[in-house]
Amino acid sequence: MAVHEKVKELDSVVIRFSGDSGDGMQLVGNIFSNLSATLGNEISTFPDYPAEMRAPQGTLGGVSGFQVQIGAKNVYTPGDKADVLIAMNPAALKANAKSLKPHSVVIIDEDSFTDKDLKKADFKTENPFEELGLTQIQVVPTPITNLVKLSLEGLGVEGKAALRSKNMFALGLVCWLFNRSIESVTPFLEAKFAKKPAVLQANLKVLNDGFNYGANTHASISTYHVEVAEEQEKGIFTDVNGNNATAYGLVAAAEKAGLELFLGSYPITPATDILHELSKRKELGVKTVQCEDEIAAICTAIGASFAGDLAVTTTSGPGLALKGEAIGLAVMAELPLVIIDVQRGGPSTGLPTKTEQADLMQALYGRNGESPAVVVAAKTPTDCFDMAFYASKIALEHMTPVILLTDGFIANGSSAWKIPNLDDYPAINPPYVSADMAEGWKPYKRNEETMVRYWAKPGIPGFEHRVGGLEKDYDTSVISTDPANHQKMTNARQAKIDNIANFIPALEVEGNPEADVLVVGWGGTYGHLHTAVEKMNESGKKVALAHFQYINPLPANTAEVLKKYKKIVVCEINMGQLAGHLRMKVPGIQLEQFNKVQGQPFMVSELVDCFTKLIEE
Amino acid sequence: MENKQYTAGDFKSAAKVTWCPGCGDFAILSSLQKAMAELKLTPENTAVISGIGCSSRLPYFMATYGFHTIHGRGSAIATGVKVANPDLSVWQITGDGDCLAIGGNHFIHAVRRNVDLNIILMNNKIYGLTKGQYSPTTERGYVTKTSPYGTIEDPFVPAELTMGARGNFFARSIDVDLSTTFDCMIEAAKHKGASVVEVLQNCVIFTDGVHDYYSDKETRPDRTILLKHGEKMIFGANRDKGLVLDGLKLKVVTIGENGITQEDILTHDATEADNALHYKLALMHNEGLPLAIGVIRNVEAPVYDQEVKAQIAEVQANKPQRKLRDFLLSGETWEVK
Repeated sequence: MAVHEKVKELDSVVIRFSGDSGDGMQLVGNIFSNLSATLGNEISTFPDYPAEMRAPQGTLGGVSGFQVQIGAKNVYTPGDKADVLIAMNPAALKANAKSLKPHSVVIIDEDSFTDKDLKKADFKTENPFEELGLTQIQVVPTPITNLVKLSLEGLGVEGKAALRSKNMFALGLVCWLFNRSIESVTPFLEAKFAKKPAVLQANLKVLNDGFNYGANTHASISTYHVEVAEEQEKGIFTDVNGNNATAYGLVAAAEKAGLELFLGSYPITPATDILHELSKRKELGVKTVQCEDEIAAICTAIGASFAGDLAVTTTSGPGLALKGEAIGLAVMAELPLVIIDVQRGGPSTGLPTKTEQADLMQALYGRNGESPAVVVAAKTPTDCFDMAFYASKIALEHMTPVILLTDGFIANGSSAWKIPNLDDYPAINPPYVSADMAEGWKPYKRNEETMVRYWAKPGIPGFEHRVGGLEKDYDTSVISTDPANHQKMTNARQAKIDNIANFIPALEVEGNPEADVLVVGWGGTYGHLHTAVEKMNESGKKVALAHFQYINPLPANTAEVLKKYKKIVVCEINMGQLAGHLRMKVPGIQLEQFNKVQGQPFMVSELVDCFTKLIEE
Repeated sequence: MENKQYTAGDFKSAAKVTWCPGCGDFAILSSLQKAMAELKLTPENTAVISGIGCSSRLPYFMATYGFHTIHGRGSAIATGVKVANPDLSVWQITGDGDCLAIGGNHFIHAVRRNVDLNIILMNNKIYGLTKGQYSPTTERGYVTKTSPYGTIEDPFVPAELTMGARGNFFARSIDVDLSTTFDCMIEAAKHKGASVVEVLQNCVIFTDGVHDYYSDKETRPDRTILLKHGEKMIFGANRDKGLVLDGLKLKVVTIGENGITQEDILTHDATEADNALHYKLALMHNEGLPLAIGVIRNVEAPVYDQEVKAQIAEVQANKPQRKLRDFLLSGETWEVK
C-alpha cells in the first residue's frame, strides 16, 4: 500500500459504479449522488442499464452502470469519462474501459477476478488491464467478497444473503475516498430499509467496514475533496430523474388547472417509469389505466379529454408510431392532449435502453393529412417538470395535442431539484364554454383571435354536441365535404398552432452573443452543449448556444437569431432532423451539422473538438 | 330542467339521418332513443361514442354528447370517457367490422375489464361503408367483393367472443324486433359493467336478407327463442317447444310428446356465474335449434370505473397529501439554508 496519502482538491469528479445487474450498483450510485447533493455539490447522473432482463452473471450483457458527476457548480452532464470506477467484476471493467480517463482510479473486487470470471467476460489472458490497454490507471484491488463475508459473520448473515451487501462495502470505500462520513450516509440507508431492520443492520455494518478498510489500508494513493459551491440556492431539495419530473409536471398542471389527471399508457422502455410513478400517486387523485396496447392508451386519453380531464399518454418511439392516427383524431376533434415520447434508439425496436433524438420528424409530421400539433422538448431531467407543465398548459388553453419529447438520457438521469412552489407557476385557463354562450353555440365555434374552439364538457346542459374525425363546416359544425370549407378549416387548424408562437418564450442565446459560431441544439443534449460552449468561451473562443425547447411552432424570433450568425452548427443525436426542419422553416440559412447516432449522449470533448475545427476553418 | 321528463324525441338531433333507405339501423336508432327516455337519462349526462362504419354515424343523430372517432377504437375511447366521468351514461355504437376486426383487441379488453359501457353491436355481417367486403362475422363461403369465390374463414360469434373475454352481460336481438331490442337496451343500461347487445341488422345493399331465416315474421317464433330470466325456455308459434339438456347438449323437445311436460323444460337463469349454459344457448344456430334472443347472460361483477374511484379513495384514506408539494416534501429531501 502507498505510503503517502494526499488529498486531491477537485472542482468536479466523475465516478462510475459498475457491476452485474444484480449487484445493486444503481442503488449505491443513487445514494452517493444524493449524499453529495446534500453536502452542497451539484450532481448529474446517468444510469446505464443492460437491455437484457437477466443476462448470465458475470457477462458483458449483464453489466449495469451508474455514472455521476459531482462538482461545486455548473454540473450539467454526468461527465464524459470517469475519474473513479468501481468494477465489481471483469465484465464491468471491460464494459467501461473506454470510458476511463488515463490516470483514473479503478477499484475492483479482486475475489471476482478469478480465471473463471475472466473467461465469462471473454478475456483471453490473465491480465485484463494489459489486455484492455489500461496501463496508466491506478488499480485498487480489494477482496470485497471475502471481506463482506467476514464482516457479516457475527451477524449470522451468510451465503448469498451476505453477498447482497457487497455494494455497501464499495459505497463505504468510496465514501472514504471522497471524505464523506458514514454518519452522512446512514439516513439514506435508514430510509431505504426502514421496513427491514435486519437488512439495515447488515448494510450499515458492511458500509462501516468498507469505510474503515479504506482508512486503515490507505487503499488509494490519494483521497479527494470536491469543492462545494460557496453560495447555494436556498430551499428544500430532492433528487429527481427526468421521468419522475415529467410525472410531477403533469400532476402540477392538473392541480393548477383544477382538473383531474388521467394517464392512459402501455409499458415501454424507457417511458414506463412515468406510468409507474403516476400509478402510485393515487393520493393526489391521479387516474391511470394500463391499456392493452399503445393505441388504446392514447384512445382512452382522448376519451378522458373529451370527458373533461387533463389527459395524457406516455410512450417511446415505436409507441408514437402506433399512436399516429389517434393524434390525428385529437387534432381534428381539437381536444387537449399531452403525448410524451421518451425517445430511444430506433428504428423499430432499435436500442430500447439507449438514448436518441430521432423521433423529431415523427412528432412533427408522422400523421396523415395536414395535421399540425405542438411539439416541445425538455432539456434536462429537472426541465422535464417545467416542460410537462407547459405542454399541459398549451394543450388545455389551445385545445390541441402537444407532443413532449424527452429521451432516455434525461429520463433516467437525475439531478438535485428544488421542490417547486406552484404559486410561482402561471395559471392554466382552458377555454371553457360559459352559460351565456349557449344560444347558437357550436362545437367548432372559435375565438377568432386565437382560433381556439371552446370546451364543453359532457354533463353541462345546453351544450350537447358531437365532434369527430370527419371534417366539419366552419360555421355550422356539421359534417362537410365542401372543398372551400376544407381549405378554411385546414387554415384555421394551422393558424391555431402558429398563433401559439405568441405564447411561448423567445429563443435565447447564451455564451458569447458576438460569437463566431452559433451552436444549435434541442432537448436532452443541453447539458453537453452548454458545457462545451462554456469550455470554448473559457479558452477564449467565441461561441454561442441557442437551444430549442419549442419546436412547433418555433419561437417567433427564430429567424432573427439564426440570421445573425455566419456559422451555425446544429448538433443532434440523429442524422439531422432539426437541421432539416429549420432549413424548411427559415429559408436562406446555411447550417452545418454535428450528428451522432450511437445510443449514447454527446461527449463534451467531441463537441469542443468540432467547434474548434469550425472556428479554425 | 332537472325534473324534465325527456321523450324519445328529445334524444333526436337535428342532423339528417344518412343511412340508406330501408337500412336496419333506423330501427336500432329509434329503439335507442326510446330506451334512453324510458331510462330517464338526460341528454347532457349521456355520451354516445362510436368508431367508423355505417353504424358508427349514429352519434350524429343523437341530441346527447357524442364522439365519432376512428376505426375500431370506440371501446378504448369510451373507456376513457367512463373512467374520466363515471357519472355519464356511456354508450358505444359499433358494427361487426369496427368491433370485431380492427377493434377486436379493444373490445375484448373493455369487456374483460368490465367497464360500465353499453355496447350496441350492429351485426350485418358485411363492411357496408367501404362497399361490400366480408367481415369477421361473414359466414364461411359467402361471396363478397373481396371473396368472389366465397370466404374461406370461419366467423366469430360475438356472444362466444364476449363470454370468452369474461363478459358478464350479453343480449341479442334482431333489428325488426323493436320491442326485444328496446328491452335488451334497457337491461344493458341497468347492468353495471360492460354490456354487449348484438343486434342482427339487415344491410339492404350488400347482405339484404342475410338474417331472413330468423327475422322473417312468419317463421320467427319457430326459429328463435326469446330468453327471459326466471322463465321456462319455451318457444314456437304454438308455445309447445322447449329446450332440455341431453347430456352436455341442448335439445329441442315438444311439450306433450314422449311424456315431456313444462316441468322438464330448462329455466333460464341469466344471473348464473358459470357461463357454460349461457355459451350453449348463445351458440344455438340451426341444426334444429332456435336462435337465442333476449338477455342471455346478466351477471354482477366488480365494475372497472368504480374500482378506479374506489382505489383512489382507499389510498387517500391512508395518505394525507393532496397537493404535489406536500407529497414531494414528504419524500427524501434536504434543505439548504
